[in-house]
Amino acid sequence: MDAVADGGLTVAVPRERWQELGRFAKQALGCAYFNWLSAVDWKDQGLEVLCRVENLDTNVALTMRTRLGAGETRCPTLTQLYRGADWMERECYDMFGIVFEGHPDLRRILLSEDWEGYPLRKDYAVDTPFAPYR
Amino acid sequence: MEVKPPIPQIPPPVWREFKDLQEWEKYHQARPQDDKTSNALASIADAIHHMPGGWIVTTSTEKIFNWARKSSIWPVTFGLACCAIEMMATFASRFDVERFGMVPWASPRHSDLMIVSGTVTIKMAPMLKRIYDQMPDPKWVVSMGSCANSGGPFRHGYHVVKGVDRVVPVDVYVPGCPPTPDSLMYGLLKLQAQVDEFQKTGRRPTAAEPGGA
Repeated sequence: MDAVADGGLTVAVPRERWQELGRFAKQALGCAYFNWLSAVDWKDQGLEVLCRVENLDTNVALTMRTRLGAGETRCPTLTQLYRGADWMERECYDMFGIVFEGHPDLRRILLSEDWEGYPLRKDYAVDTPFAPYR
Repeated sequence: MEVKPPIPQIPPPVWREFKDLQEWEKYHQARPQDDKTSNALASIADAIHHMPGGWIVTTSTEKIFNWARKSSIWPVTFGLACCAIEMMATFASRFDVERFGMVPWASPRHSDLMIVSGTVTIKMAPMLKRIYDQMPDPKWVVSMGSCANSGGPFRHGYHVVKGVDRVVPVDVYVPGCPPTPDSLMYGLLKLQAQVDEFQKTGRRPTAAEPGGA
């Protein structure tokens, strides 16, 4: 846990306590506003999920982060706590291939449904030819 | 401190339930490629051409047809990105391409020209191809801007078609990011010169010939 320049807090938790931290942020800190959720690919060290929630009344902002571990793609969902997490997690699944367990409707949101691979991962071959275009 | 019950299942998107759209796509792909009417006209023109003195008739009719074609090129209103803003400026009163007979038309079925103005994503390419297929022959394509020409600044992205000429045949490439209305107008004038040389054979003029870009 470390302080950030803009007054927010960053808290890193293991994957098992992800929902617990979200519940604490919403109910104890009153962070009702779900700002964003994204991920970082740390190559050999695996994926990391980040999310930021804010309390707009008291100007409390909390950045939550969890390392999934090498080769791990499963992460608990926050959709039961924040409805705003729904599409964010779908986008995260779309781009990084992180499977949010308990998500009600986990499918691709931006890319087409027949897309192969997860483009924001570091090992995605960007210049792969994508022909034919129907 | 209790977790709310899960949100009810969101219904699937509407286009999945339209089975006939996929059916339509199958019929569309299996359609005959050649245009019977224009083939008949071409054979009649060929017969007239080989009669004594007939070449005068066919040549002058081709000239009249090409004059009509190049003087009423209707571009389909089809904007993809910021280039479309410049395209709209070109259509508007200051630059006014309507004096060349170009009316932006909101239907591909009545259009002769597609100005690909902007980034073509891999997700957009099938729709672009479909709109191109809906346009009647003869039809032309102007690739406008760096993105449509080659992918531009997004060339090494994961989601961009690296040049719209991988999807549809392109007649005139207009460089720029985005091209100014002057650039686009120059490209359209080049296209008019090319249409003037249009042959029923479908042969495009080479660079040495007039109208060859």
